[in-house]
Amino acid sequence: MRLSPDQLILWQHGFVKLNGTIAFTWALMLVLTVGSVLITRRLSTGMIRSRWQNLLEIVVTGIVGQIGEVGLRRPRVYVGFLGTLFLFVALSALGTVIPGFEPPTGSLSTTAALALCVFVAVPFYGIEEQGLGGYLKTYIELTVIMLPFNIISEVSRTLALAVRLFGNMMSGAMILAILLTITPFVFPIAMSVLGLLTGMVQAYIFSILAAVYIASATRARAPKAKPKTGTPPPTAA
Amino acid sequence: MLIDWFTVGAQALNFLILVWLLKRFLYRPIIDAVDAREKLIAKERADADAIKTTAEAERDALQKKNAAFDRQRADLLDQATKEAAAERQRLLDDAAKAADAVAAKRQTLLRQEATSLDQDVTDRARAEVFAIAGKVLKDLAGASLEERVGDIFIRQLQGLGDASRSAIAGALKTASGPALVRSSFEMPETQQEAIQDAIDKIVPAKVPLRFETAPALIGGIEFTMAGQKLAWNIADYLSTLQTGVEDLIAAKDRQASGPDQPSESRTDQTTDHKIQSR
Repeated sequence: MRLSPDQLILWQHGFVKLNGTIAFTWALMLVLTVGSVLITRRLSTGMIRSRWQNLLEIVVTGIVGQIGEVGLRRPRVYVGFLGTLFLFVALSALGTVIPGFEPPTGSLSTTAALALCVFVAVPFYGIEEQGLGGYLKTYIELTVIMLPFNIISEVSRTLALAVRLFGNMMSGAMILAILLTITPFVFPIAMSVLGLLTGMVQAYIFSILAAVYIASATRARAPKAKPKTGTPPPTAA
Repeated sequence: MLIDWFTVGAQALNFLILVWLLKRFLYRPIIDAVDAREKLIAKERADADAIKTTAEAERDALQKKNAAFDRQRADLLDQATKEAAAERQRLLDDAAKAADAVAAKRQTLLRQEATSLDQDVTDRARAEVFAIAGKVLKDLAGASLEERVGDIFIRQLQGLGDASRSAIAGALKTASGPALVRSSFEMPETQQEAIQDAIDKIVPAKVPLRFETAPALIGGIEFTMAGQKLAWNIADYLSTLQTGVEDLIAAKDRQASGPDQPSESRTDQTTDHKIQSR
């Protein structure tokens, strides 16, 4: 039994290989990109618009609104990164309803890659917003003694992000696979619905946590821009 | 091993490519479309606000115009009311003047009528008085009265002055026919002879006399010859009395139409004229 789609090797040439994770990721990328291109090809700026455009507008404006509520001053700057995180994770979870599809987020390599992206994006946006000195100062804020704790926090929350998403997605797929072998009729459907819900929640948690980390790194210059919702601890959920 | 580092790198790269792709094909077009729509809505709202402002301005202008129109109407109504009242007063004054004029005319006519009636009554009374007097005298004219009348006539003849005598004598000489003696009664022979004697005493020549009866003379005798006339009768007295009465009435009427009644002077003058001409 495969714990991860990484183990599904489609093609390999030495170190370079094409496994199931990459293939399913490409499939998701293709669906997202082609769907976006098709829908946004004929966008209406008037009051009457297609239902697909309506859906995308709801999704995009919803994401922008959520990012703004977290406390980021310019949500449209971050919507590309945070919105893509959410859509990728959410669509991976949604894809589980397709037989044969294995979510790439069920691979620790994918979640680690996403967590690494967040790990890099936080200082990137922090430095972009506050400058290098201003960002580095956040590590020794209050007192220098906090420096090692901040570094440990930075690393551990990245690890937590990766493992949390991997554990949830992998366990959902695993439970579904196990239940299919035991009770092949009604019960797996209920678990599949639960898995969809869990996947949506995980997508939300992952992108919101990333937004919170970025917000905490960029907030020093914008003390007034406090989030409406309390900042959750890095190890939440 | 759950982590494959090549896959990690590939997935990170895939994710970054996906970020770029979605930015390019999803977020930017959608956000631009939303912005365009919001701009459109804002523009429509601004247009609506502008239209509303214009409408409110027009409404205010219309209200002002209505108020001005109401004021003007009220002014015109007030003016018309005043003019109507003035016209009414003028018409009432005219009517009062006309009524006064009619009343005055009617009063004048009444006065004229009264005067005329008065005049008629006076004339009638006078005529009746004289008629009665004449009738009474005619009734009284008996033998004694006629004798007395004849005596008076004879005495008059005898009492004539020289000038009258010569005038009568001259007239009798030139007369071709007999002299005429008219009396209101049938004169007896004795009286005719007495008159003949009296005339003979005045005129030396014999003068033939012709006697006639004329009841209009009312108890009188009239002697006429060659344009000379000698008479005595009661009708002359009555005629003299009538002339005196008429003169008295005329003087009274002139006194009644005094200078303080100029509007009636014309009528009074006419009345005077009537009286005098009569």
